[in-house]
Amino acid sequence: MNYIDYYKILGIDKNATAIDIKKAYRKQARKYHPDLNPNDADAKKNFQQINEANVVLSDPEKRKKYDKYGIDWQHAEQFENAKQYQEQSPGFAGQRYSGAQFGGGFSDFFESMFGGSANAGRSRQVKFRGEDYYAQLQLNLTDAYKTHKQTLSVNGKNIRITIPAGIENGQTIKIAGHGGPGINGGPNGDLYITFSIANLPGIKRLGNDLYTHVDIELYTAVLGGEITIDTLSGKVKLKVKPETQNGSKVKLKGKGFPGYKKDGQFGDLYITYTVKIPTHLTERQKSLFTELSKS
Amino acid sequence: MEPKNIDDLIAVNEFCASHNIEISFIDLLQQNGLIEISTVESKYFVEKERLPQLEKIVRFYYELDINLEGIETITYLLQRIENQQNEIIKLKNRLRFYEG
Repeated sequence: MNYIDYYKILGIDKNATAIDIKKAYRKQARKYHPDLNPNDADAKKNFQQINEANVVLSDPEKRKKYDKYGIDWQHAEQFENAKQYQEQSPGFAGQRYSGAQFGGGFSDFFESMFGGSANAGRSRQVKFRGEDYYAQLQLNLTDAYKTHKQTLSVNGKNIRITIPAGIENGQTIKIAGHGGPGINGGPNGDLYITFSIANLPGIKRLGNDLYTHVDIELYTAVLGGEITIDTLSGKVKLKVKPETQNGSKVKLKGKGFPGYKKDGQFGDLYITYTVKIPTHLTERQKSLFTELSKS
Repeated sequence: MEPKNIDDLIAVNEFCASHNIEISFIDLLQQNGLIEISTVESKYFVEKERLPQLEKIVRFYYELDINLEGIETITYLLQRIENQQNEIIKLKNRLRFYEG
């Protein structure tokens, strides 16, 4: 556990006034506040440090203790025993900060010196929103095709969520109130789930359109016919036109992926035909092909 | 606009009491077009689903000391960032389609 220079973090000198500290905190917080840097882990870490520095330096009692022991912080406990304070600083009472709501935790250095909470030594209880949780959930295309419910285990608690059909790979949804518990009656944090959706073998998704390859017999390709193919919505009968070329494509309108939160809207399914050349021909078949080639 | 179910609304005075802010601040936000207020039987409400946005604005104003013009600009830029992040997701998926 290392000594943390809170003055350096806020970019102020040791003689800084309460107003200087407030200004410096706000200046730094405007850069790194998680509301201004969504999904930025580095910014969140920086903000936690800034918040911690502010918690210590904006409270005259904490600042005094920090200034006195600073690098020699291991002896802070003796100081604590010698001098117990009850009253809260008037200059601290009206100040808001919500650092704990954004991942909250204070450093080991802070906890060792001031106890486990930003409220240590304060008589007034401040409400803090709970920590936001982040999770990743893996689905395959079949799962993502239909709206379904799924039970997740988050920090030992099971929660049942509804996953809307058509969710995109990499998309994040927020489950309000399922993050960490609030402190002193503050609201719970939120749970953010990012989806990782794997393509199925032979089927690829692009937006709401699906792409697949279908093998057809040479005779069907030449003469035309009917085939049955599997789609995510079930089996579909398909007419193959005579003289269908290898690699040609057909579009099945509305047989693609459902639009996210767009009831009844579907993308298209694009099928590329692969014409299978027959193998292990009998003598009779060979002679017919020869005849054909000469015609 | 469709009338909202009362269960989907939060009373403005309750919100202000729990966040320790003046109701006049909410009025100011409405006047500046930053939030929408619904009126039901002469009482003022905000939609529950708009709550995170409203709480964010409260934090900008009270914690970071950002004025309403700044909040308006930030809100616009954050929306642009979100749109661009969604665009990146789409492009990554397109890349995966061609590379896969």
